[in-house]
Amino acid sequence: MSNNDMIIKGRVVAVLGDNIDTDVIYPGRYLNITDKLDTAEHVFELAYPELRSEVQQGDIIVGGMNFGCGSSREQATAAIKYAGFGAVIAGSFARIFFRNSLNLGLPLINNAEACKKIKKGDQLEINLLEGTIKNLTSGETLQAPALDERAAYLLKEGGLIPYLRKKHVKT
Amino acid sequence: MGMTLAEKILARASGKDVVKPDEIVMAKVDLAMSHENGDVVRKSFAEIGVEKVWDPDKIVFILDHRVPAESEKTATTHKALREFARKQGIKHFYDVGRGGICHQVLPDKGHVYPGAVLVGTDSHTTTHGAFGTFSTGIGATEMAGVWTEGELWFKVPSTILVKVTGEFNPYICAKDLILYLIGKISASGADYRSVEFVGPTIDNMTIASRMVIANLSMEMGAKVAFLPIDQKLHDFLSTRCNTQYDKNLAADPDAVYEKVIEIDVNKDISEPQIACPHFVDNVKPLSQLGDVKIHQGVIGSCTNGRLEDLEIAAKILDGKTVHPECRLIIIPASQQILLEAINLGYIQTLIKSGAMINPPGCGPCVGVHQGILAAGENCASSTNRNFLGRMGSKDSGVYLCSPAVVAASAIKGKLTNPNDL
Repeated sequence: MSNNDMIIKGRVVAVLGDNIDTDVIYPGRYLNITDKLDTAEHVFELAYPELRSEVQQGDIIVGGMNFGCGSSREQATAAIKYAGFGAVIAGSFARIFFRNSLNLGLPLINNAEACKKIKKGDQLEINLLEGTIKNLTSGETLQAPALDERAAYLLKEGGLIPYLRKKHVKT
Repeated sequence: MGMTLAEKILARASGKDVVKPDEIVMAKVDLAMSHENGDVVRKSFAEIGVEKVWDPDKIVFILDHRVPAESEKTATTHKALREFARKQGIKHFYDVGRGGICHQVLPDKGHVYPGAVLVGTDSHTTTHGAFGTFSTGIGATEMAGVWTEGELWFKVPSTILVKVTGEFNPYICAKDLILYLIGKISASGADYRSVEFVGPTIDNMTIASRMVIANLSMEMGAKVAFLPIDQKLHDFLSTRCNTQYDKNLAADPDAVYEKVIEIDVNKDISEPQIACPHFVDNVKPLSQLGDVKIHQGVIGSCTNGRLEDLEIAAKILDGKTVHPECRLIIIPASQQILLEAINLGYIQTLIKSGAMINPPGCGPCVGVHQGILAAGENCASSTNRNFLGRMGSKDSGVYLCSPAVVAASAIKGKLTNPNDL
Protein backbone atom coordinates (compact mmCIF):
# COMPACT_ATOMS: atom_id res chain seq x y z
CA MET A 1 0.00 0.00 0.00
CA SER A 2 1.18 3.54 -0.69
CA ASN A 3 0.22 6.53 1.44
CA ASN A 4 -2.70 7.14 -0.92
CA ASP A 5 -3.90 3.63 -0.23
CA MET A 6 -4.15 4.46 3.44
CA ILE A 7 -7.47 6.07 2.49
CA ILE A 8 -10.14 3.47 1.90
CA LYS A 9 -13.42 4.22 0.19
CA GLY A 10 -16.17 1.68 0.14
CA ARG A 11 -19.74 0.66 0.68
CA VAL A 12 -20.92 -0.99 3.89
CA VAL A 13 -22.20 -4.39 2.83
CA ALA A 14 -23.16 -5.67 6.30
CA VAL A 15 -23.55 -4.47 9.88
CA LEU A 16 -23.11 -7.45 12.20
CA GLY A 17 -23.34 -7.87 15.98
CA ASP A 18 -20.95 -8.76 18.81
CA ASN A 19 -18.74 -11.86 18.98
CA ILE A 20 -18.60 -12.66 15.27
CA ASP A 21 -16.51 -15.79 15.72
CA THR A 22 -14.07 -17.50 13.41
CA ASP A 23 -16.43 -20.42 12.73
CA VAL A 24 -19.04 -17.94 11.52
CA ILE A 25 -16.42 -16.24 9.35
CA TYR A 26 -14.87 -19.46 8.07
CA PRO A 27 -16.25 -22.89 9.09
CA GLY A 28 -13.80 -25.44 10.53
CA ARG A 29 -14.78 -28.04 7.96
CA TYR A 30 -12.86 -26.11 5.29
CA LEU A 31 -9.61 -25.77 7.21
CA ASN A 32 -7.91 -28.28 4.94
CA ILE A 33 -8.03 -25.61 2.25
CA THR A 34 -4.55 -24.22 2.72
CA ASP A 35 -4.28 -21.88 -0.29
CA LYS A 36 -5.27 -18.38 0.80
CA LEU A 37 -7.05 -17.46 -2.43
CA ASP A 38 -9.29 -20.54 -2.26
CA THR A 39 -10.70 -19.61 1.14
CA ALA A 40 -12.90 -16.80 -0.23
CA GLU A 41 -15.49 -19.24 -1.50
CA HIS A 42 -16.60 -20.14 2.06
CA VAL A 43 -16.60 -16.72 3.70
CA PHE A 44 -19.47 -16.36 6.23
CA GLU A 45 -20.96 -19.50 4.69
CA LEU A 46 -23.05 -20.76 7.61
CA ALA A 47 -24.44 -17.56 9.09
CA TYR A 48 -24.44 -15.01 6.26
CA PRO A 49 -24.12 -16.94 2.99
CA GLU A 50 -25.55 -14.01 0.98
CA LEU A 51 -22.46 -11.91 1.67
CA ARG A 52 -20.33 -14.02 -0.64
CA SER A 53 -22.46 -13.06 -3.65
CA GLU A 54 -23.25 -9.51 -2.54
CA VAL A 55 -19.68 -8.40 -1.90
CA GLN A 56 -18.06 -6.04 -4.37
CA GLN A 57 -14.34 -5.29 -4.29
CA GLY A 58 -13.59 -2.86 -1.47
CA ASP A 59 -16.82 -3.33 0.50
CA ILE A 60 -16.64 -2.77 4.23
CA ILE A 61 -17.97 -4.94 7.07
CA VAL A 62 -19.02 -3.38 10.37
CA GLY A 63 -19.18 -5.44 13.55
CA GLY A 64 -19.64 -5.07 17.30
CA MET A 65 -17.33 -6.16 20.11
CA ASN A 66 -14.82 -9.04 19.99
CA PHE A 67 -14.89 -9.49 16.20
CA GLY A 68 -12.93 -12.58 15.12
CA CYS A 69 -13.02 -14.36 18.47
CA GLY A 70 -12.22 -18.04 18.63
CA SER A 71 -9.79 -20.01 16.55
CA SER A 72 -6.33 -18.95 15.35
CA ARG A 73 -7.29 -19.95 11.80
CA GLU A 74 -5.76 -17.46 9.41
CA GLN A 75 -8.31 -18.61 6.83
CA ALA A 76 -10.82 -16.32 8.60
CA THR A 77 -8.79 -13.25 7.70
CA ALA A 78 -7.83 -14.61 4.29
CA ALA A 79 -11.44 -15.40 3.37
CA ILE A 80 -12.54 -11.83 4.19
CA LYS A 81 -9.64 -10.30 2.30
CA TYR A 82 -9.74 -12.48 -0.78
CA ALA A 83 -13.54 -12.38 -1.04
CA GLY A 84 -12.95 -8.70 -1.76
CA PHE A 85 -13.73 -6.94 1.50
CA GLY A 86 -11.57 -3.85 1.90
CA ALA A 87 -11.71 -3.31 5.64
CA VAL A 88 -13.47 -4.31 8.87
CA ILE A 89 -14.69 -1.76 11.42
CA ALA A 90 -15.59 -3.17 14.85
CA GLY A 91 -15.91 -2.21 18.49
CA SER A 92 -13.00 -4.48 19.34
CA PHE A 93 -11.08 -7.33 17.75
CA ALA A 94 -9.99 -10.65 19.22
CA ARG A 95 -6.22 -10.69 19.47
CA ILE A 96 -5.23 -13.48 17.07
CA PHE A 97 -7.64 -12.23 14.41
CA PHE A 98 -6.17 -8.75 14.87
CA ARG A 99 -2.62 -9.98 14.36
CA ASN A 100 -3.60 -12.19 11.42
CA SER A 101 -5.21 -9.23 9.70
CA LEU A 102 -2.15 -7.08 10.23
CA ASN A 103 0.00 -9.86 8.80
CA LEU A 104 -2.16 -10.42 5.72
CA GLY A 105 -2.70 -6.71 5.12
CA LEU A 106 -6.43 -6.50 5.90
CA PRO A 107 -7.15 -3.08 7.47
CA LEU A 108 -9.04 -3.17 10.79
CA ILE A 109 -10.53 -0.05 12.35
CA ASN A 110 -11.58 0.15 15.96
CA ASN A 111 -14.75 2.07 16.84
CA ALA A 112 -17.43 1.02 19.31
CA GLU A 113 -20.16 3.31 17.93
CA ALA A 114 -19.82 2.20 14.34
CA CYS A 115 -22.26 -0.69 14.56
CA LYS A 116 -24.95 1.66 15.89
CA LYS A 117 -24.27 4.68 13.71
CA ILE A 118 -23.38 3.10 10.39
CA LYS A 119 -26.05 1.46 8.24
CA LYS A 120 -25.88 -1.12 5.54
CA GLY A 121 -25.39 0.63 2.21
CA ASP A 122 -23.62 3.70 3.65
CA GLN A 123 -20.59 4.94 1.71
CA LEU A 124 -17.53 5.44 3.90
CA GLU A 125 -14.18 7.09 3.51
CA ILE A 126 -11.65 5.85 6.06
CA ASN A 127 -8.31 7.51 6.65
CA LEU A 128 -6.22 4.80 8.31
CA LEU A 129 -3.37 7.09 9.30
CA GLU A 130 -5.66 9.60 10.99
CA GLY A 131 -8.26 7.10 12.17
CA THR A 132 -11.21 9.02 10.75
CA ILE A 133 -14.29 7.25 9.44
CA LYS A 134 -16.22 9.68 7.28
CA ASN A 135 -19.77 8.53 6.55
CA LEU A 136 -20.44 10.09 3.13
CA THR A 137 -24.07 9.03 3.29
CA SER A 138 -24.99 10.47 6.69
CA GLY A 139 -22.35 13.18 6.81
CA GLU A 140 -21.16 12.03 10.23
CA THR A 141 -17.49 11.43 11.06
CA LEU A 142 -16.41 8.88 13.67
CA GLN A 143 -12.96 8.85 15.21
CA ALA A 144 -10.93 5.68 15.67
CA PRO A 145 -7.43 5.33 17.07
CA ALA A 146 -4.90 6.08 14.34
CA LEU A 147 -2.88 3.09 13.18
CA ASP A 148 0.24 2.67 15.28
CA GLU A 149 3.60 2.80 13.57
CA ARG A 150 4.03 -0.96 13.37
CA ALA A 151 0.60 -1.55 11.90
CA ALA A 152 0.95 1.30 9.41
CA TYR A 153 4.35 0.00 8.33
CA LEU A 154 3.10 -3.56 7.83
CA LEU A 155 0.05 -2.39 5.87
CA LYS A 156 2.20 -0.23 3.63
CA GLU A 157 4.52 -3.15 2.99
CA GLY A 158 1.50 -5.31 2.09
CA GLY A 159 1.72 -7.53 5.18
CA LEU A 160 4.29 -9.67 6.94
CA ILE A 161 5.38 -11.80 3.98
CA PRO A 162 6.63 -8.93 1.75
CA TYR A 163 8.19 -7.32 4.83
CA LEU A 164 10.15 -10.45 5.78
CA ARG A 165 11.00 -11.20 2.17
CA LYS A 166 12.55 -7.77 1.79
CA LYS A 167 14.44 -8.16 5.06
CA HIS A 168 15.81 -11.68 4.56
CA VAL A 169 15.90 -12.54 0.88
CA LYS A 170 18.33 -10.93 -1.52
CA THR A 171 16.74 -10.30 -4.90
CA MET B 1 7.78 -2.52 41.70
CA GLY B 2 7.44 -6.25 41.12
CA MET B 3 6.45 -8.14 38.00
CA THR B 4 3.71 -10.64 37.20
CA LEU B 5 4.59 -14.00 35.61
CA ALA B 6 3.86 -12.74 32.10
CA GLU B 7 6.06 -9.69 32.66
CA LYS B 8 8.90 -11.75 34.12
CA ILE B 9 8.96 -14.24 31.27
CA LEU B 10 8.70 -11.60 28.55
CA ALA B 11 11.47 -9.58 30.24
CA ARG B 12 13.78 -12.60 30.19
CA ALA B 13 12.85 -13.56 26.63
CA SER B 14 13.47 -10.04 25.37
CA GLY B 15 16.72 -9.52 27.27
CA LYS B 16 15.37 -6.81 29.57
CA ASP B 17 15.46 -6.41 33.32
CA VAL B 18 11.97 -4.98 33.58
CA VAL B 19 8.97 -4.74 31.27
CA LYS B 20 5.63 -3.03 31.85
CA PRO B 21 2.12 -3.56 30.47
CA ASP B 22 1.52 -2.15 26.96
CA GLU B 23 5.24 -2.09 26.16
CA ILE B 24 6.10 -3.82 22.86
CA VAL B 25 8.93 -6.35 23.14
CA MET B 26 10.66 -8.74 20.75
CA ALA B 27 10.75 -12.07 22.53
CA LYS B 28 12.84 -15.13 21.66
CA VAL B 29 10.63 -18.13 21.04
CA ASP B 30 11.53 -21.41 22.78
CA LEU B 31 9.02 -23.62 21.01
CA ALA B 32 6.87 -23.28 17.87
CA MET B 33 4.06 -25.82 17.49
CA SER B 34 1.76 -26.48 14.55
CA HIS B 35 -0.79 -29.13 13.69
CA GLU B 36 -2.33 -29.65 10.24
CA ASN B 37 -2.35 -25.90 9.67
CA GLY B 38 1.41 -26.17 9.49
CA ASP B 39 0.61 -26.57 5.81
CA VAL B 40 -0.61 -22.96 5.68
CA VAL B 41 2.55 -21.95 7.57
CA ARG B 42 4.68 -23.92 5.12
CA LYS B 43 3.14 -22.03 2.19
CA SER B 44 3.66 -18.62 3.82
CA PHE B 45 7.24 -19.64 4.66
CA ALA B 46 7.82 -20.55 1.00
CA GLU B 47 6.45 -17.15 -0.04
CA ILE B 48 8.91 -15.41 2.27
CA GLY B 49 11.60 -17.32 0.42
CA VAL B 50 14.03 -18.19 3.21
CA GLU B 51 15.43 -21.68 2.70
CA LYS B 52 16.02 -23.00 6.20
CA VAL B 53 13.94 -22.65 9.36
CA TRP B 54 15.69 -20.85 12.24
CA ASP B 55 16.00 -23.90 14.49
CA PRO B 56 14.51 -27.28 13.53
CA ASP B 57 14.82 -28.54 17.13
CA LYS B 58 12.42 -25.85 18.34
CA ILE B 59 9.64 -26.71 15.91
CA VAL B 60 7.06 -29.38 16.70
CA PHE B 61 4.41 -30.86 14.42
CA ILE B 62 1.51 -32.82 15.86
CA LEU B 63 -1.25 -34.07 13.56
CA ASP B 64 -4.57 -34.05 15.41
CA HIS B 65 -7.34 -32.12 13.67
CA ARG B 66 -8.07 -34.69 10.98
CA VAL B 67 -6.59 -38.00 12.02
CA PRO B 68 -6.44 -40.38 10.36
CA ALA B 69 -6.88 -38.32 7.19
CA GLU B 70 -10.61 -38.10 6.43
CA SER B 71 -10.18 -37.00 2.80
CA GLU B 72 -7.69 -37.02 -0.03
CA LYS B 73 -7.24 -33.27 0.40
CA THR B 74 -6.20 -33.73 4.03
CA ALA B 75 -4.00 -36.70 3.16
CA THR B 76 -2.19 -34.45 0.70
CA THR B 77 -1.53 -31.78 3.34
CA HIS B 78 -0.34 -34.44 5.84
CA LYS B 79 2.06 -35.76 3.19
CA ALA B 80 3.36 -32.30 2.36
CA LEU B 81 4.06 -31.63 6.06
CA ARG B 82 5.92 -34.90 6.50
CA GLU B 83 8.09 -34.09 3.50
CA PHE B 84 8.72 -30.55 4.71
CA ALA B 85 9.74 -31.77 8.18
CA ARG B 86 12.11 -34.34 6.67
CA LYS B 87 13.69 -31.77 4.38
CA GLN B 88 14.11 -29.23 7.19
CA GLY B 89 15.41 -31.75 9.72
CA ILE B 90 12.46 -31.24 12.07
CA LYS B 91 12.55 -34.35 14.25
CA HIS B 92 9.65 -33.61 16.60
CA PHE B 93 6.90 -34.90 14.34
CA TYR B 94 4.04 -36.74 16.04
CA ASP B 95 2.30 -38.55 13.24
CA VAL B 96 -0.98 -40.51 13.19
CA GLY B 97 -0.85 -43.11 15.97
CA ARG B 98 2.26 -41.64 17.59
CA GLY B 99 0.70 -38.76 19.53
CA GLY B 100 -2.78 -37.38 19.93
CA ILE B 101 -4.12 -33.89 20.54
CA CYS B 102 -1.29 -31.36 20.36
CA HIS B 103 -1.98 -29.82 23.77
CA GLN B 104 -1.82 -33.23 25.41
CA VAL B 105 1.25 -34.42 23.54
CA LEU B 106 3.40 -31.32 24.23
CA PRO B 107 3.47 -31.77 28.03
CA ASP B 108 3.47 -35.56 27.92
CA LYS B 109 6.54 -35.57 25.67
CA GLY B 110 8.37 -33.01 27.79
CA HIS B 111 8.24 -30.00 25.45
CA VAL B 112 6.85 -27.49 27.95
CA TYR B 113 8.29 -26.10 31.19
CA PRO B 114 8.07 -22.99 33.38
CA GLY B 115 9.49 -19.80 31.90
CA ALA B 116 9.45 -20.93 28.27
CA VAL B 117 7.87 -18.87 25.48
CA LEU B 118 5.68 -21.13 23.36
CA VAL B 119 3.66 -20.13 20.33
CA GLY B 120 1.30 -22.45 18.52
CA THR B 121 -0.91 -22.08 15.48
CA ASP B 122 -3.86 -23.07 17.62
CA SER B 123 -5.85 -20.77 19.86
CA HIS B 124 -5.93 -23.25 22.75
CA THR B 125 -2.17 -23.02 23.08
CA THR B 126 -2.98 -21.14 26.32
CA THR B 127 -3.27 -24.66 27.82
CA HIS B 128 0.45 -24.72 28.61
CA GLY B 129 0.06 -21.96 31.17
CA ALA B 130 -0.67 -24.96 33.39
CA PHE B 131 3.08 -25.63 33.16
CA GLY B 132 4.22 -22.07 33.84
CA THR B 133 4.82 -21.48 30.14
CA PHE B 134 4.07 -18.15 28.43
CA SER B 135 2.02 -19.90 25.82
CA THR B 136 -0.28 -18.39 23.24
CA GLY B 137 -1.88 -18.92 19.85
CA ILE B 138 -0.81 -17.15 16.67
CA GLY B 139 -1.78 -17.33 13.01
CA ALA B 140 -0.03 -19.18 10.22
CA THR B 141 1.81 -16.32 8.53
CA GLU B 142 3.01 -15.08 11.90
CA MET B 143 4.34 -18.58 12.54
CA ALA B 144 6.17 -18.45 9.21
CA GLY B 145 7.80 -15.32 10.63
CA VAL B 146 8.82 -17.25 13.75
CA TRP B 147 10.26 -20.03 11.59
CA THR B 148 12.26 -17.31 9.83
CA GLU B 149 13.45 -15.21 12.77
CA GLY B 150 12.92 -17.23 15.95
CA GLU B 151 11.37 -14.26 17.68
CA LEU B 152 8.09 -12.41 17.76
CA TRP B 153 6.72 -9.10 18.97
CA PHE B 154 4.37 -9.04 21.93
CA LYS B 155 2.53 -6.29 23.67
CA VAL B 156 3.20 -6.96 27.36
CA PRO B 157 -0.23 -7.85 28.78
CA SER B 158 -1.65 -6.50 32.00
CA THR B 159 -2.66 -9.27 34.39
CA ILE B 160 -5.91 -10.29 36.06
CA LEU B 161 -5.49 -12.24 39.31
CA VAL B 162 -8.15 -14.88 40.03
CA LYS B 163 -8.20 -16.14 43.63
CA VAL B 164 -10.10 -19.37 44.08
CA THR B 165 -11.09 -20.79 47.45
CA GLY B 166 -13.48 -23.42 48.75
CA GLU B 167 -14.06 -27.12 48.15
CA PHE B 168 -15.94 -28.25 45.07
CA ASN B 169 -19.46 -29.54 45.60
CA PRO B 170 -20.10 -33.14 44.44
CA TYR B 171 -19.60 -33.58 40.69
CA ILE B 172 -18.45 -29.96 40.28
CA CYS B 173 -14.98 -29.59 38.81
CA ALA B 174 -12.48 -27.32 37.04
CA LYS B 175 -14.69 -27.16 33.93
CA ASP B 176 -17.57 -25.69 35.96
CA LEU B 177 -15.22 -23.18 37.56
CA ILE B 178 -13.85 -21.83 34.29
CA LEU B 179 -17.27 -21.80 32.57
CA TYR B 180 -18.62 -19.89 35.58
CA LEU B 181 -15.81 -17.34 35.25
CA ILE B 182 -16.28 -16.95 31.48
CA GLY B 183 -20.00 -16.40 32.03
CA LYS B 184 -19.20 -13.80 34.66
CA ILE B 185 -16.64 -11.71 32.76
CA SER B 186 -17.74 -12.53 29.15
CA ALA B 187 -15.98 -13.85 26.06
CA SER B 188 -13.92 -10.69 25.86
CA GLY B 189 -13.48 -10.17 29.61
CA ALA B 190 -9.79 -11.06 29.54
CA ASP B 191 -9.02 -9.82 26.01
CA TYR B 192 -5.28 -9.29 25.51
CA ARG B 193 -4.68 -10.04 29.23
CA SER B 194 -2.66 -12.52 31.20
CA VAL B 195 -4.66 -14.34 33.88
CA GLU B 196 -3.01 -15.83 36.99
CA PHE B 197 -5.04 -18.38 38.95
CA VAL B 198 -4.10 -18.82 42.61
CA GLY B 199 -5.59 -20.06 45.87
CA PRO B 200 -6.06 -23.32 47.76
CA THR B 201 -8.64 -24.71 45.33
CA ILE B 202 -6.17 -24.38 42.46
CA ASP B 203 -3.29 -25.72 44.59
CA ASN B 204 -5.34 -28.84 45.31
CA MET B 205 -6.21 -29.46 41.65
CA THR B 206 -4.56 -32.13 39.55
CA ILE B 207 -2.33 -30.98 36.69
CA ALA B 208 -4.99 -32.30 34.30
CA SER B 209 -7.64 -30.05 35.87
CA ARG B 210 -5.31 -27.05 35.82
CA MET B 211 -4.94 -27.65 32.07
CA VAL B 212 -8.73 -27.26 31.70
CA ILE B 213 -8.52 -23.81 33.31
CA ALA B 214 -5.62 -22.62 31.15
CA ASN B 215 -7.17 -24.10 28.02
CA LEU B 216 -10.53 -22.36 28.40
CA SER B 217 -9.00 -19.04 29.48
CA MET B 218 -8.73 -18.49 25.74
CA GLU B 219 -12.52 -18.36 25.58
CA MET B 220 -12.54 -15.18 27.66
CA GLY B 221 -9.92 -13.69 25.34
CA ALA B 222 -6.80 -14.30 27.45
CA LYS B 223 -3.44 -14.04 25.72
CA VAL B 224 -1.90 -16.32 28.34
CA ALA B 225 -2.95 -17.93 31.61
CA PHE B 226 -0.86 -19.20 34.50
CA LEU B 227 -1.48 -21.87 37.09
CA PRO B 228 0.80 -22.44 40.10
CA ILE B 229 4.40 -23.44 39.56
CA ASP B 230 4.64 -25.76 42.55
CA GLN B 231 5.99 -29.12 43.72
CA LYS B 232 3.08 -30.92 42.06
CA LEU B 233 4.16 -29.47 38.73
CA HIS B 234 7.84 -30.23 39.33
CA ASP B 235 6.91 -33.84 40.11
CA PHE B 236 4.85 -34.05 36.91
CA LEU B 237 7.67 -32.63 34.81
CA SER B 238 10.42 -34.69 36.47
CA THR B 239 9.39 -37.85 34.60
CA ARG B 240 8.80 -36.10 31.27
CA CYS B 241 10.90 -33.01 30.70
CA ASN B 242 14.70 -33.00 30.38
CA THR B 243 15.11 -29.24 30.09
CA GLN B 244 16.53 -27.45 33.12
CA TYR B 245 14.27 -24.63 34.22
CA ASP B 246 13.99 -22.13 37.05
CA LYS B 247 12.05 -23.98 39.73
CA ASN B 248 11.59 -20.81 41.76
CA LEU B 249 9.87 -18.84 39.00
CA ALA B 250 6.94 -16.97 40.54
CA ALA B 251 5.17 -13.64 40.32
CA ASP B 252 6.71 -11.07 42.66
CA PRO B 253 4.77 -10.47 45.89
CA ASP B 254 4.46 -6.80 44.92
CA ALA B 255 3.47 -7.47 41.29
CA VAL B 256 0.80 -5.10 40.00
CA TYR B 257 -2.53 -6.57 38.91
CA GLU B 258 -5.12 -4.79 36.82
CA LYS B 259 -7.95 -6.50 38.63
CA VAL B 260 -8.55 -9.18 41.26
CA ILE B 261 -11.47 -11.60 40.98
CA GLU B 262 -12.39 -13.83 43.93
CA ILE B 263 -14.40 -17.02 43.60
CA ASP B 264 -15.51 -19.35 46.37
CA VAL B 265 -16.39 -22.51 44.45
CA ASN B 266 -18.35 -23.94 47.34
CA LYS B 267 -20.62 -20.92 47.67
CA ASP B 268 -20.63 -19.56 44.10
CA ILE B 269 -20.88 -22.80 42.13
CA SER B 270 -23.51 -25.04 43.63
CA GLU B 271 -24.49 -26.87 40.45
CA PRO B 272 -23.10 -27.77 37.01
CA GLN B 273 -22.43 -24.87 34.66
CA ILE B 274 -23.54 -25.14 31.03
CA ALA B 275 -22.44 -22.91 28.13
CA CYS B 276 -25.50 -22.82 25.90
CA PRO B 277 -25.56 -22.29 22.11
CA HIS B 278 -23.95 -20.43 20.42
CA PHE B 279 -21.55 -18.56 22.71
CA VAL B 280 -19.11 -19.85 25.29
CA ASP B 281 -20.08 -17.02 27.67
CA ASN B 282 -23.77 -17.92 27.47
CA VAL B 283 -23.36 -19.82 30.74
CA LYS B 284 -26.26 -20.94 32.92
CA PRO B 285 -26.61 -23.20 35.94
CA LEU B 286 -28.10 -26.50 34.80
CA SER B 287 -31.32 -26.19 36.81
CA GLN B 288 -32.30 -23.05 34.88
CA LEU B 289 -32.42 -24.86 31.56
CA GLY B 290 -35.48 -27.10 31.89
CA ASP B 291 -35.63 -30.19 29.68
CA VAL B 292 -33.02 -30.17 26.94
CA LYS B 293 -33.03 -33.30 24.80
CA ILE B 294 -29.54 -34.59 24.04
CA HIS B 295 -28.91 -36.61 20.86
CA GLN B 296 -25.16 -36.97 21.26
CA GLY B 297 -22.62 -36.75 24.04
CA VAL B 298 -18.93 -36.08 23.41
CA ILE B 299 -16.17 -36.57 25.96
CA GLY B 300 -12.82 -35.57 24.57
CA SER B 301 -10.77 -32.67 23.15
CA CYS B 302 -7.82 -30.66 24.44
CA THR B 303 -10.15 -29.41 27.18
CA ASN B 304 -11.49 -32.62 28.71
CA GLY B 305 -10.19 -35.82 27.13
CA ARG B 306 -7.77 -36.79 29.87
CA LEU B 307 -7.61 -39.86 32.10
CA GLU B 308 -9.54 -38.27 34.99
CA ASP B 309 -12.30 -37.32 32.52
CA LEU B 310 -12.57 -40.89 31.22
CA GLU B 311 -12.44 -42.16 34.79
CA ILE B 312 -15.44 -40.14 35.97
CA ALA B 313 -17.38 -41.05 32.81
CA ALA B 314 -16.63 -44.75 33.40
CA LYS B 315 -17.72 -44.49 37.04
CA ILE B 316 -21.01 -42.85 36.11
CA LEU B 317 -21.70 -45.23 33.22
CA ASP B 318 -20.58 -48.41 35.02
CA GLY B 319 -23.43 -50.93 34.75
CA LYS B 320 -25.64 -48.41 32.96
CA THR B 321 -26.44 -47.87 29.31
CA VAL B 322 -26.52 -44.90 26.98
CA HIS B 323 -30.11 -43.80 26.34
CA PRO B 324 -31.56 -45.45 23.19
CA GLU B 325 -32.17 -42.07 21.53
CA CYS B 326 -28.68 -40.78 22.33
CA ARG B 327 -25.17 -41.78 21.28
CA LEU B 328 -22.01 -41.20 23.26
CA ILE B 329 -18.63 -40.58 21.66
CA ILE B 330 -15.46 -40.87 23.70
CA ILE B 331 -12.16 -39.51 22.38
CA PRO B 332 -9.10 -40.02 24.58
CA ALA B 333 -6.80 -37.02 24.16
CA SER B 334 -3.75 -39.11 23.28
CA GLN B 335 -2.54 -42.62 22.47
CA GLN B 336 -0.97 -42.69 25.93
CA ILE B 337 -4.26 -41.83 27.63
CA LEU B 338 -6.10 -44.41 25.53
CA LEU B 339 -3.61 -47.05 26.61
CA GLU B 340 -3.86 -46.11 30.28
CA ALA B 341 -7.67 -46.05 30.07
CA ILE B 342 -7.60 -49.56 28.60
CA ASN B 343 -5.27 -50.77 31.34
CA LEU B 344 -7.51 -49.32 34.03
CA GLY B 345 -10.64 -50.86 32.50
CA TYR B 346 -12.36 -47.54 31.72
CA ILE B 347 -12.60 -48.22 28.00
CA GLN B 348 -14.20 -51.64 28.57
CA THR B 349 -16.80 -50.08 30.90
CA LEU B 350 -17.56 -47.31 28.44
CA ILE B 351 -17.89 -49.70 25.49
CA LYS B 352 -20.24 -51.95 27.51
CA SER B 353 -22.44 -48.94 28.21
CA GLY B 354 -22.87 -48.36 24.47
CA ALA B 355 -20.29 -45.60 23.96
CA MET B 356 -18.25 -45.42 20.78
CA ILE B 357 -14.49 -44.92 21.19
CA ASN B 358 -12.91 -42.64 18.58
CA PRO B 359 -9.18 -42.53 17.89
CA PRO B 360 -7.23 -39.83 19.78
CA GLY B 361 -7.55 -36.46 18.03
CA CYS B 362 -9.81 -33.44 17.85
CA GLY B 363 -12.70 -35.49 16.46
CA PRO B 364 -15.99 -33.62 15.99
CA CYS B 365 -14.94 -30.62 18.12
CA VAL B 366 -13.79 -28.73 15.06
CA GLY B 367 -16.71 -29.90 12.92
CA VAL B 368 -14.85 -32.06 10.46
CA HIS B 369 -15.64 -35.71 11.12
CA GLN B 370 -16.30 -38.47 13.69
CA GLY B 371 -19.57 -37.19 15.10
CA ILE B 372 -21.09 -34.36 13.06
CA LEU B 373 -24.54 -33.14 14.13
CA ALA B 374 -27.65 -33.00 11.94
CA ALA B 375 -30.12 -30.12 11.94
CA GLY B 376 -32.26 -30.16 15.06
CA GLU B 377 -29.79 -32.20 17.12
CA ASN B 378 -28.25 -31.21 20.45
CA CYS B 379 -24.92 -32.32 21.83
CA ALA B 380 -23.71 -32.28 25.44
CA SER B 381 -19.99 -31.86 25.03
CA SER B 382 -16.91 -31.65 27.21
CA THR B 383 -15.17 -29.67 24.45
CA ASN B 384 -14.43 -25.94 24.27
CA ARG B 385 -16.60 -24.18 21.69
CA ASN B 386 -20.28 -24.06 20.86
CA PHE B 387 -20.24 -21.53 18.03
CA LEU B 388 -22.92 -21.69 15.35
CA GLY B 389 -22.26 -24.77 13.19
CA ARG B 390 -19.15 -25.66 15.17
CA MET B 391 -19.96 -29.39 15.28
CA GLY B 392 -22.03 -29.68 12.12
CA SER B 393 -25.37 -28.22 11.05
CA LYS B 394 -25.95 -24.55 11.77
CA ASP B 395 -29.28 -25.71 13.13
CA SER B 396 -27.70 -27.93 15.77
CA GLY B 397 -26.82 -26.89 19.33
CA VAL B 398 -23.74 -27.65 21.44
CA TYR B 399 -24.02 -27.45 25.23
CA LEU B 400 -20.56 -27.25 26.81
CA CYS B 401 -20.24 -28.91 30.21
CA SER B 402 -18.12 -31.21 32.35
CA PRO B 403 -17.46 -34.86 31.41
CA ALA B 404 -19.63 -35.92 34.37
CA VAL B 405 -22.61 -33.99 33.00
CA VAL B 406 -22.05 -35.47 29.53
CA ALA B 407 -22.05 -38.99 30.98
CA ALA B 408 -25.19 -38.39 33.06
CA SER B 409 -26.94 -36.72 30.11
CA ALA B 410 -26.08 -39.62 27.81
CA ILE B 411 -27.78 -42.03 30.22
CA LYS B 412 -30.95 -39.95 30.45
CA GLY B 413 -31.01 -38.60 26.89
CA LYS B 414 -31.39 -35.09 28.25
CA LEU B 415 -29.19 -32.61 30.08
CA THR B 416 -28.80 -34.15 33.53
CA ASN B 417 -27.09 -33.29 36.79
CA PRO B 418 -25.01 -36.36 37.81
CA ASN B 419 -26.19 -35.79 41.38
CA ASP B 420 -29.74 -36.57 40.23
CA LEU B 421 -28.98 -40.04 38.83
